[in-house]
Amino acid sequence: MGLKVNNISKSFKKVNALEQVTFHIKPGELFGLIGPDGAGKTTLFRILTTLLIADKGSATVAGYDVLKDYKSIRNNVGYMPGKFSLYQDLTIEENLTFFATIFGTTIEENYNLIEDIYVQIEPFKNRRAGKLSGGMKQKLALCCALIHKPKVLFLDEPTTGVDPVSRKEFWDMLKRLQTKGITMLVSTPYMDEAALCDRIALIQEGKILEIDTPKSIVKHYPKPIYNVTANNTYKVITSLNMYPFNHSVYPFGEHVHYTDKRDSFNIKELHNYLEQNGLKNITIQKTKATIEDTFMELAR
Amino acid sequence: MKRFIGFVKKEFYHIFRDKRSLFILFGMPIAQILLFGFAITNEINNVDIAILDHSKDATTKEIINKISASHYFSINQIIEKESDIEPIFKKGKVKAVLSFEKDFSKKLITQNHSNIQVITDATDPNTANTISNYVNAILQIYLKEQNKNHTSAYQIIAQTRMVYNPELKSVYMFVPGVMTMILMLVSAMMTSISITREKELGTMEILLVSPIKPFQVVIGKVFPYIFLSIINAITIILLSLFIFKMPIQGSLFLLGLESVLFIITSLALGILISTISATQQTAMMISLMGLMLPVILLSGFIFPITSMPVPMQIISNIIPAKWFIIIIKGIMLKGVGLQFIWKETLILLIMTTFFIGLSIKKYKIRLE
Repeated sequence: MGLKVNNISKSFKKVNALEQVTFHIKPGELFGLIGPDGAGKTTLFRILTTLLIADKGSATVAGYDVLKDYKSIRNNVGYMPGKFSLYQDLTIEENLTFFATIFGTTIEENYNLIEDIYVQIEPFKNRRAGKLSGGMKQKLALCCALIHKPKVLFLDEPTTGVDPVSRKEFWDMLKRLQTKGITMLVSTPYMDEAALCDRIALIQEGKILEIDTPKSIVKHYPKPIYNVTANNTYKVITSLNMYPFNHSVYPFGEHVHYTDKRDSFNIKELHNYLEQNGLKNITIQKTKATIEDTFMELAR
Repeated sequence: MKRFIGFVKKEFYHIFRDKRSLFILFGMPIAQILLFGFAITNEINNVDIAILDHSKDATTKEIINKISASHYFSINQIIEKESDIEPIFKKGKVKAVLSFEKDFSKKLITQNHSNIQVITDATDPNTANTISNYVNAILQIYLKEQNKNHTSAYQIIAQTRMVYNPELKSVYMFVPGVMTMILMLVSAMMTSISITREKELGTMEILLVSPIKPFQVVIGKVFPYIFLSIINAITIILLSLFIFKMPIQGSLFLLGLESVLFIITSLALGILISTISATQQTAMMISLMGLMLPVILLSGFIFPITSMPVPMQIISNIIPAKWFIIIIKGIMLKGVGLQFIWKETLILLIMTTFFIGLSIKKYKIRLE
C-alpha cells in the first residue's frame, strides 16, 4: 500500500521532465511535492495516475503497478488535476452525481467522507459549476475526487488561484481526510503549505533535491542565515548583491535573507558596509532557515 | 449499464444547455432545406432580355410576341444597333439579346432559311445554357406551327419524357443532398467536437482515471447524436413531403434503416476525427473541410459525378456521402427496393466497420 516511485524518468522530445525520481509514501501519509512551475510535478502526477508512461523506472500505487495494473489504479485512486476539470454547464449536484455514477457508487454511500466539505457548498447545489468562485470550485472538485472513497488521493496544485482563507480551509480538510486513512500526494508551489505536510520532497527541473519532514528539511541548510532590514529594502538588496563576500541574497517580504561566503562572518563589518551605502535603521539578526531558504539553496 | 446511462444523461445535459448549438442542430436542417428548395434553383423565370430587330417584319414580330408571351422571358428593351449590345450587358440589365438579321421574312421564303443570333451573358453558364435552349425550343414550336400545312419529306421528332422527376424540379435533387449533408455534419462534427471538448477542458483526464471504459465514453457520446440525427432526418423528410410535395416512392422503412446506417457511418467518422484532433477548433475545421466540402463537391449532390475528370471520379468513390445519395435518390425518387441498392449499402457497411475499427485502434487510453 502507499506509493512507491523508483527511478522514474520521462522526457518530452529533448526536455527532460523527470530524471531518476525516487521516493516512497507510507500508507496514510500526507506527502507534499514542492517545486516551482515547470519542475515536473504534473508529469509525475500523470505517470502515477496512469495517464502517461514513464520512459524508465517503475512505480506502484496502493500496491498496483502503474503499467500492468492500470485498470485497478483507475478504480482506486482519486485525482484532482491542476486545471479545474469539472463540467462547467452542470450544477454542483449533477457533477457529484455523475462522478458517483461512473465510479459505481452513490452520493449517499460515501456521504460521511465528503460531508464536511459538501455542507459548505450544498447551499449552492443547483448552481452551475462554471459560476462558482475559485474556492468553491476546488471544494467541489475535491468532493468529486473523493466520492468513491479512494485509497490514494492525488491533488495537483489544488490551491493555485485560491484565496488565502479558502486555502487554509482546504488544508484543514486534507488534514481531516488524513484521519480517515487516505494516502495523499499533494503538489504546491507555495512554501507555507509545505509545512502542513507530513513529509515533503523538493523538486526542481525534474530532479528531487531533498526528501524529509518539513521540520528536518531546514536542517539541510548548511549556513547561518541573517535577517537584514533597513529603511530601504530595495537598496539593501542592491547593496548586499554588490558586497563581495555574499553567498546568497533573497528578499522575504520586508526582510532580506543573507548568507556569507566566509566562515568567520562579522555582523559589524556588514553593518558598516550598509551604513556606508547610505542606509539607516539597519538591523542584522541571525535567523532560522525556512523551507524556502532550503529550496533556494538546494536549487542553486 | 448504470454508468452508461449516467454518462448519456450527462451528454443530454450538455446538449440541451448549450442553447446556441441546439439552435444550430435543429435550425440548420430547416434553414438548409428551405434555402435549397426555394432560393437555389436551375429553373428560369421571367429572364430579362433585349431585342435587336434589323428587319422589323411580320415574321420577326410574330416570333417576338411568342417569346414575350412565354413566362420564361420578359422583354426589357428594344435596341436599335449592334453597338448597344455591349453596354446593356455591362449594365447587367439583361441576360440575353436576340438579334434578327436583315430581311428575315424575305430570306426565309426565298432562301428557305434565316438567322437569329442569341447572345447570352455567360457569366452564369448554367443560366446562359438554359436560356439558349429555351429560345431554341420556342423557335422550333413556331416553325412547326408554320409548317403544319405543308409537310416536309423527312422529319425526326425527339419525344422526351423525363421520368422520376417529370417537372424537373430542382428540389428533388437537393433534398437527398441536403439530407446527406445535414446528417453528416450533425453526426460527425457534433460528436468530434463533444469528444475534443472533454480533452480541451481536461475532463477527459478525470474520465480516463476512472473505472469507465473508453468504449463506454465513446458510445455514450455517440448515442445522443444518433437520436438527434434521426429527428433531423425525420424533419427533413416531413418538410420535403409537405412543403415541396416531394413524393417518396419507395419504402419509408428502408429509407429509415439506410439513414440510420449512414448516421452511424458519420458518427464513426466523427470519432475518428476526435482521435486525431486535440482541440474543438481543429475538430471543427477537419469536419468542415474534410467532410462538408467533399459532400458538396464530390458526392454528386450538386455536380454530376459522370462529368468530373476521371481522377475526381475515382476519389468520389471513397466518399460515403456519394453512396448514400445514390441510395436515397433510389428509394425516394425511383422507389427501388434493397435488391437494387444492396451494393451501395454493403459499401457503406464496410466503410462504417473500417472507421469504427480504426477509431478503436487509434483511441487513446492514456494522454499521449
